[in-house]
Amino acid sequence: MTIGLGHYLTVSSVLFTLGILGIFLNRKNVIVILMCVELMLLAVNINLVAFSIFEGNVVGQVFAMLVLTVAAAEAAIGLAILVVYFRNRGTIAVEDISEMKG
Amino acid sequence: MLLQALAFYVFAAVVVASGAMVVVSRNPVYSVLFLILAFFNAAALFLLIGAEFIAMILVIVYVGAVAVLFLFVVMMLDINLVEIREGFLKYLPVGAMIGVVLLAEILLGLGVLGAGSSTMTALNKQGAQVLAIDNTRAIGRVLYTQYFYLFQVAGLVLLVAMIGAIVLTLRTRPGVRRQKVGDQINRTKEQAMTVVKVPTRGGV
Repeated sequence: MTIGLGHYLTVSSVLFTLGILGIFLNRKNVIVILMCVELMLLAVNINLVAFSIFEGNVVGQVFAMLVLTVAAAEAAIGLAILVVYFRNRGTIAVEDISEMKG
Repeated sequence: MLLQALAFYVFAAVVVASGAMVVVSRNPVYSVLFLILAFFNAAALFLLIGAEFIAMILVIVYVGAVAVLFLFVVMMLDINLVEIREGFLKYLPVGAMIGVVLLAEILLGLGVLGAGSSTMTALNKQGAQVLAIDNTRAIGRVLYTQYFYLFQVAGLVLLVAMIGAIVLTLRTRPGVRRQKVGDQINRTKEQAMTVVKVPTRGGV
């Protein structure tokens, strides 16, 4: 019983689906939505690394690092926006965030 | 080989279970802690197939920086838990349906991929010889030569994110007295003191 590419791809697809499900279920909580985005990016990373290892090409891991960079930047900016919003309004419910509506 | 398979199944099960707990957990603090567990086990999965460098980077960047940032923000903001859980059951049927359909589609796609796996294993054997040097060295050889500009752009992205986060969260409060070193140093003798000629028996 050897572990192949398919096993890793299955794990990553389940993780990605969980992330999407989380965005649908936690419609009110921006923090959990951001965490679900992180889960989806983790699934993408698992995909990239698994293909990179099983194809014997190291470039996939380089791109996984770049995805990691963007994920860290996204989390920092998202949480900064969240903190500023909470400071101004005292709530982070998604439905209240409608000030930029035309 | 059996041990490797066993380890894979354990780590994969923990990753999926903690991912599910991130979604359904009632308290956001628990969600963050389960997210950290998921990242640790994903790093273990990477170690299992020999991507040590990415595994370590995952632990350092995600657990050390991103998850702690999440934890900090969750604990700093005063969130009303009851109000925030309201829509969970309402969206459950639609969300579960979309999730099941999406997962089925992805797995179907994987099945199609598995049909062509004979060429993939051939490539795998060929690639195993290419990766005779260790993982970190192999990444470095590609990252600092062929993808050097991409590496620089990644640094630029981090710089922009850092400046953006600082600019967004910095606030200057009025009415706070603090030391202004520049003003203190720029004071001249003429601004600081005056010579007063005091008349005798007159006082100032």
